Amino acid sequence: MEHIVIIGNGISGVSVARHIRKNSDKQITIVSAETKYFFSRTALMYIYMGHMKFEHTQPYENWFWDKNRIDLKEGFVSKIDTDKKSLEFSDNSSLSYDKLILAVGSKPNKFGWPGQDLDGVMGMYHKQDLENLEKHAPNNDVCKRAVIVGGGLIGIELAEMLRSRKIPVTFLVRETSFWNGVLPAQESELINKHIKEHHIDLRLATNLKEIKADENGKVKSIVIQETGEEIPCNVVGLTAGVTPNIDFLKDSGIETGRGIKVNRFLETNVKDIYAIGDCAEQHEAIGQRRNIEAVWYTGRMMGETLAQTICGNKTEYKPGHWFNSAKFLDIEYQTYGWVFSERNKKENEAYFQWQHPSENKCITISYDKNTSKFLGINTFGIRMRHEIFDKWLTENQSIEHVLEYLTDANFDPEFYKLHEAEIVAKFNQENKTDIQVKKKSWKRIFSKA
Amino acid sequence: MKAIKNLGLVIFLIGLAIFTGSIFTGNFSLTQEELNTYISEKGYKSEIIKKELSAAVVTDKSLNIFQFSSRVRAAFETSNNHYDELIAKYDAEKNWDKKGEQYQYKIYGKPHTLSYEIAKKAGSGFVKENAGLMWFLTFGLGIIGALLFIIPNLVLLGKPGIKNDGIYLESATNRGWIAWLVLVYLVTFYLVLYFMADYAVNWTFILDPISNFLGNRDASQWFVYGFLYCTIMLTMGVRMFIKYRHNKYQIVRTISVLFFQIVFAFLIPEIMASLQLPEYDFKNAFPLDYDFFFDWNLDNLTNSGGIGLFILVWGIVLTLIIVPVMVYFFGKRWYCSWVCGCGGLAETLGDPYRQHSNKSLNAWKLERWLIHSVLVFSLVMTIVTLYCYFSGTQSFLGIKSQWIKDTYSFLIGAWFAGVIGTGFYPIFGNRVWCRFGCPLAAYLGLVQRFKSRFRITTNGGQCISCGNCSTYCEQGIDVRAYAQKGENIVRSSCVGCGICSAVCPRGVLKLENGPEEGRINPTEILLGNDVDLMKLVNKN
Repeated sequence: MEHIVIIGNGISGVSVARHIRKNSDKQITIVSAETKYFFSRTALMYIYMGHMKFEHTQPYENWFWDKNRIDLKEGFVSKIDTDKKSLEFSDNSSLSYDKLILAVGSKPNKFGWPGQDLDGVMGMYHKQDLENLEKHAPNNDVCKRAVIVGGGLIGIELAEMLRSRKIPVTFLVRETSFWNGVLPAQESELINKHIKEHHIDLRLATNLKEIKADENGKVKSIVIQETGEEIPCNVVGLTAGVTPNIDFLKDSGIETGRGIKVNRFLETNVKDIYAIGDCAEQHEAIGQRRNIEAVWYTGRMMGETLAQTICGNKTEYKPGHWFNSAKFLDIEYQTYGWVFSERNKKENEAYFQWQHPSENKCITISYDKNTSKFLGINTFGIRMRHEIFDKWLTENQSIEHVLEYLTDANFDPEFYKLHEAEIVAKFNQENKTDIQVKKKSWKRIFSKA
Repeated sequence: MKAIKNLGLVIFLIGLAIFTGSIFTGNFSLTQEELNTYISEKGYKSEIIKKELSAAVVTDKSLNIFQFSSRVRAAFETSNNHYDELIAKYDAEKNWDKKGEQYQYKIYGKPHTLSYEIAKKAGSGFVKENAGLMWFLTFGLGIIGALLFIIPNLVLLGKPGIKNDGIYLESATNRGWIAWLVLVYLVTFYLVLYFMADYAVNWTFILDPISNFLGNRDASQWFVYGFLYCTIMLTMGVRMFIKYRHNKYQIVRTISVLFFQIVFAFLIPEIMASLQLPEYDFKNAFPLDYDFFFDWNLDNLTNSGGIGLFILVWGIVLTLIIVPVMVYFFGKRWYCSWVCGCGGLAETLGDPYRQHSNKSLNAWKLERWLIHSVLVFSLVMTIVTLYCYFSGTQSFLGIKSQWIKDTYSFLIGAWFAGVIGTGFYPIFGNRVWCRFGCPLAAYLGLVQRFKSRFRITTNGGQCISCGNCSTYCEQGIDVRAYAQKGENIVRSSCVGCGICSAVCPRGVLKLENGPEEGRINPTEILLGNDVDLMKLVNKN
């Protein structure tokens, strides 16, 4: 029986394992050094905040793996011998494979800051990071202040975590406004304000110079590049993005760049070795996606796709329309299609924007100003239906069409106040159009593209 | 703010301590004259009971309720034993006439209930004489303290939004010693209420004035329970309004359960009683209202003229037509988390414990066996009762009508719905009864699963498997298992509380009523991936 070995038990590794099992009888082994059982990395923050216990982050009960004949091996792979098709572990044990799937994920970026490996400096990615944080920042007596370096999604989550235990937080963000490489200014500004409302000391356009240690090699303070200001702190969170976790592949003969190079079938340069998820780097970008996408659902989709190939139905990885979501403290964010920030948008792309006068709600619709084709939407504080937007993107609908039927796409809970009328009124006013908002129709919602 | 909260907690605990302590106060005795009146009112023919009760309760000694209760119960037991012995004796002598004569002297009823009736007349003391002041010191302090504890959350919780910080870090909400203490208190409370009502007679004195005002009669232990129930729901309702102030579904739903509890379950029956009409909770549907078809209720209703007849017809229409039709359009949530009293308590008092429901597959299996067994039990009981009622026999299919009614009332009505259902909140979650026991929920669930427009829609491929939805599902549904597959949630047990949708950080879940077609949508590959692959794999 063919033995499929998967390194990494995150969403990518587990997805491919599950789908191989659904479609075949192959022997499957998942190897992980982090935890025995799959857990949802995105939920680590909720454990520290006391919303959940670790067990709640495990999507499958422990009997699931036995029942589905998926072997779990705990161990750290130190070397891959691609000729003998064998893995060597740090404890000198070994495991042979017929096909190997690398789903090894990422690790937090460190940019060579002085002091970046001190006690009390951590990322927020692995379960071990969470344990480390619990040790260094159990409460605001032990941790008088924490400094977070890097204004992305993990950074703001880490800030939220620390604030849930009333730990003062200083948040260093390199950009002039939070995440403005991705978000349009209106939305970036909304989040800036919201961060401050949560009593987080947000420092924009600010870089880390160094981390200083006390006599025990523990974090004592950080120094800011621009001003030289020294901020005393007990914990430093490094959340300036992630990089594929591929150091152990150095001499394996597997081609790597920033990540593990794969083609559209997720094959590496070595036969019978594949890479999926955060660690995979496409030779050429797919559409407007990045070559490496460290996103939950792309990991899952690569797993779903590769399982087909492994089970004999060779399938190209073809992600559909871009979408994503996140939560910035209390503000939910969803995006469908492409909305680029002012910094990155192309000449033909225009915005239509609406913002609620008092609440934390706003939208940006990106469209082609020549053809008025709908390109994408960002919503803050308003939930939207994925299926509807996916359909509209496939159909190449115009922005006018999207606005006319926007009520169909609303996904807010019942009784929530709807804003379609105000949104469309604003568009009409700005563009001298006369779009009438259509009432929600189940028939339209359920009709497939 | 924190100080106000702590002050509130102290005041609440003082109120609770006085409430609990009041049980131990007061004197219980009757004059001979009062006792004679009581005995002739009750029509007791036993000579023994007269003598025994005189010796027991006509006394200058100051008896507390426990001493009083034990004396009274002993008196009834002595009397009944005496006649039981005579019965046995005449039985042995085959003296059937004499044996038959003895039965009229026997006194039926549960000992604590008999004791309660006398205690209600025999009580005196500070509590009874200062009902108003005692109300303030118990209910008053409890309410003030609780509100002082709850209202600062408006500020302390910060901006509106999901605030579950620290739930698993605190003893009270993480099955710590506080939770266990609350469990013991609640279980004890229910045991007293259901099985030793006489011990709680002092509580009825506190509420006599209010009961007289509303229903023109003294308070019973059930009035105490009803009043306490409403008070707790209102106070904890305030907590819901603050905690979920960003979520209009939760606000509207909470207003609805409060309204139905206070108006339908509490006020209307009291007012009907004051008008000499049969008391009836118009929203309480059979088989949750398991004694609706009991002979005493049918007799009561058929003897109450037009209104009785109306109630009888309404009760049947409610169960057979209104309930399923509403479930078809809105899901069982219209009842379980918008109208029902049990649901109302679970959604207010029980909200801090919702995360404790067991999400394992085994718990789901147990749930299906248990709840459907209770449904069958309640139906069998009702068929037996009705058959016996109309045919005038004592049993049907070898099942004694009285026996099955008593057994159901004891096991399901008292133990499952009350002692376990509410008492176990702090450890096993707030919907133990609704999930595992309620026969009406089982019935609604069958309709919801097979013929309804309701579902929780999963939003394409947005789920990140974080598990907030499953953790906070009070019915123990593993919501994530569906959401991460892009599959709608259509489960018989879902009461539509809407919390999964509220706690989801990615906007994945929405409760909605839509066309039946496409409601159940099993998927293997989620939206967002290669369209051809999705079609290929999601064939069904």
